[in-house]
Amino acid sequence: MNWRYQIRGLGVAVATLLVVAACGSSNNSTASCGASAKSAADCGGMSALVTAAKKEGQLNVIALPPNWADYGQIIAAFQAKYGITVNSAAPDDGSQQEVDAIKTLGTRGPDVIDVGPAVALKNTDLYAPYQVSTWNDIPAAQKEPTGLWYEDYGGDMSIGYDSSKVPTITSINDLLGPNFKGKVALPGNALLSNQAVNSIMAVSLANGGSLDDISKGVDWFHKLKQNGNWVPVIGTTATVKAGATPVLFEWSYNAVTHVTDVPTWKLYLPSGNVVSSYYNQAVSKTAPHPAAARLWEEYLYSNEGQNWFLKGGAIPIRIAAMTSAGTVDKAALAALPATNGTPVSMSDTQSTAASAYLAAHWAAAIG
Amino acid sequence: MNRSRRLKLQVFRVVVFVVMGAFFLVPIGAMFEFSTRGVGVGAPRTLVSWTTIATYPDLVAAIVASLELAAITSVAMLFLLLPTMIWVRLRVPRLNRVVESLCLLPLTIPAIVLVVGLLPVYRWMSDNFSNSILTLAFAYVILVLPYTYRALDAGLSAINVKTLSEAARSLGAGWGTVIFRVIAPNMSGAILNACLLSVALVLGEFTFANILSYVNVQVAINQLGQANAGVSIAVSVASLLFAFILLMVLSFVGAARRSLRSKPRASDPRLEAVWGQKA
Amino acid sequence: MTATGNPAIESARRPREGGRRLPLHWVGVAPFLAYAGLFLLLPTGIVVAGAFTGNGGLTLSNFSTLNQQYLIKAFISSIGLSAVSAVVGAALGALFAYAVATGNPRGVLRRIVSSACGVLAQFGGVTLAFAFIATIGGAGFITLWLQSHGIDPYAKGVWLYEVPGLVLVYAYFQIPLMVLVFLPALDGIRPQWREATESLGGSTWHYWRYVAGPLLLPAFLGATLLLFANAFSAYATAAALISQGDPIVPIAIANLLNSEIGIAEPGLAKALALGMIVIVAVVMTLYAVLQQRTARWLR
Repeated sequence: MNWRYQIRGLGVAVATLLVVAACGSSNNSTASCGASAKSAADCGGMSALVTAAKKEGQLNVIALPPNWADYGQIIAAFQAKYGITVNSAAPDDGSQQEVDAIKTLGTRGPDVIDVGPAVALKNTDLYAPYQVSTWNDIPAAQKEPTGLWYEDYGGDMSIGYDSSKVPTITSINDLLGPNFKGKVALPGNALLSNQAVNSIMAVSLANGGSLDDISKGVDWFHKLKQNGNWVPVIGTTATVKAGATPVLFEWSYNAVTHVTDVPTWKLYLPSGNVVSSYYNQAVSKTAPHPAAARLWEEYLYSNEGQNWFLKGGAIPIRIAAMTSAGTVDKAALAALPATNGTPVSMSDTQSTAASAYLAAHWAAAIG
Repeated sequence: MNRSRRLKLQVFRVVVFVVMGAFFLVPIGAMFEFSTRGVGVGAPRTLVSWTTIATYPDLVAAIVASLELAAITSVAMLFLLLPTMIWVRLRVPRLNRVVESLCLLPLTIPAIVLVVGLLPVYRWMSDNFSNSILTLAFAYVILVLPYTYRALDAGLSAINVKTLSEAARSLGAGWGTVIFRVIAPNMSGAILNACLLSVALVLGEFTFANILSYVNVQVAINQLGQANAGVSIAVSVASLLFAFILLMVLSFVGAARRSLRSKPRASDPRLEAVWGQKA
Repeated sequence: MTATGNPAIESARRPREGGRRLPLHWVGVAPFLAYAGLFLLLPTGIVVAGAFTGNGGLTLSNFSTLNQQYLIKAFISSIGLSAVSAVVGAALGALFAYAVATGNPRGVLRRIVSSACGVLAQFGGVTLAFAFIATIGGAGFITLWLQSHGIDPYAKGVWLYEVPGLVLVYAYFQIPLMVLVFLPALDGIRPQWREATESLGGSTWHYWRYVAGPLLLPAFLGATLLLFANAFSAYATAAALISQGDPIVPIAIANLLNSEIGIAEPGLAKALALGMIVIVAVVMTLYAVLQQRTARWLR
């Protein structure tokens, strides 16, 4: 009867799967310097941490695009220095997807995450406290006191543009003019992406709004659409190179990367109050490679790691301490896009209010 | 068939092929053009994006994994679906709607939501059985169901399943023979199409593998393309070409196996000199 | 052709009786149902259960929030887009399939088209969107060529980046999908049907209207339904093209699931997904009714 064939067929398939799979992966051995270590001292010092991490041999990271603040270089340097294989998953993911991965993937999930402020604050029950050896260099307002999360790098909102296609931008409101027809884009969906929300807030600040009031920004984009200057496509490296998004709001450290594709790419940095935002590191409580995770944090906050962020065009969190100690990479510091105004960032309440406003009004404004 | 009708048919065919060919090939041409652009206005064309593909070591492992997944998915799909559909047609026609709805269900839910429901199942599997990438085949069989059901259904409708099975049974055949030696050869076109659909889906699938954190060929391509816009487009075009060549090879294999069987029945209309007389 | 009176044929053909025979019938579909149960119904159930879960326990609050203007608009856009895309894809795909079916069934052209359609039916997402942007986007080479000849296709706004543009882009994978699932049905056309129609004095129109058309209609409708569901749940391509707001339901769901600015609402997202399942179930019922009406005389 045919059901025998079905069961036999299924059994063969399952058996094949199991046999092939058994030759595949293996579970990680638990290191002696594990999930309960709150600092390198708990492990018995840095060298003990390095040994434990090397024994684990792997590190799972998530949502780290290679040309975002030089993460590609950081990963390569970390791999070369310690011989630990870095498994970089889902580079396009957003912050929410990073914490979702921790919650749902278990032993295959990420060890460390790099998330925006809103998501970082909401999910502290997923993190393990850890204080890197350079903990005191991080300003108190930019870390959680017990070490659950800590800021790593940040940047200012800027407008990148192809100077061969549009005239030099001297103010944000230039973009409403006739020279910019069908050219202005955002780097993400305003209801999804941290970067996009901060872009709209930057516009709001330049048009009489405040950190509590994003409505001026939404109205401005509505006018942009009415003038025919708005391009709904998400700006990416590919669309910039193809010329589909010649004017793009982005964090300055992302905007500088387009020069390799479009040599005439320039940055406009707003003056006055400038939106800036920092991303946050956290170690997962259920990290499959706890020692490697902690070593990664140590690396990111070491002079070497922080200088990599600097070379990527971002402002590393320890920049003040490193500049006074002279350990900062001077060439990279000089190449950093100059801040034209006073950096301000949205607090958690302000960003919740902004998101709520966008959820209610954005679709109508540019729909 | 008379001459004017044949002429009209040929004109129709030429027009359709030219229009469709242009529609499908022009965007791919645009992608190819983009991937060979130099940097800056007026820079010469370059194949740098293409040669970079070869320097990516993890790509080969990802391709092999995807090919294995494609094979397992196709075979599992056929073993699961074909006997069920034939059985339903012959014995329990009432269940036809049920099977059809079940097969359409994976398509009604966006992949990003379906994977949310599958995550707990996969978590349980990875904790208790295996966390190999090949476990994705379980999900992929579900994903191909809508397409392969429709292809197999069209094939089953075109032949008279009842009569064939009754004839075979009356000659003493068991169900295995009925399904695999009587009915299946008569719908080999549909079976091949279903397999092509499965292979193409598995090779093109990204969302599930990405969220479940496995590296299949599309995930590897996405990671490769992160560094460089030209490379990301070049590698996408390369993967399309690769899948196309693979499917062409499979279709030739399918034909070769058919011709290895006993000589075709004389009454098969397709093998008479009737091509061009279909209308 | 069946010979009545032969006991072997009788037993193979006998309609289902009650009692002892029934369990054997169900055994044939048991493996499929078990597999679908574990890997399809269970995840669907998890999603549906999530739709009814709020901030602690069962709640219907997710469904009351469904009644918002922008979500209703998203549903209408989704249904409209999917319906148009399905009809356009089905019609053009059927023509294309017919052009292929009338050729040599073992020729190279057929193989090339089948393989190409297999690949393109699954081609989508960011890359497909980019291909269209590069071709007829704001700075696409066809756009620039047209503009240099005085025709501006985007004089009234760039429609490619709105829902109408999606119909064009979706056609790129809908047509190949139609070809793949409809071609086996076209292969089943017998030349005898044409000959019979002609011998009875019918013309081409009569042939299609009364003979081949009705015979192919079930397969055509089934394929159209598939195309509808395919367009309805497509996400990645739309997200890359219309990347702002909540124009269609899958994008709204993704925004609710993945928002990194704090407005993630998984319960509402799952309620939306449940809404999508309900809509496709309704369309399927319509299709079943249509099927029954047109298939009456095929038996």
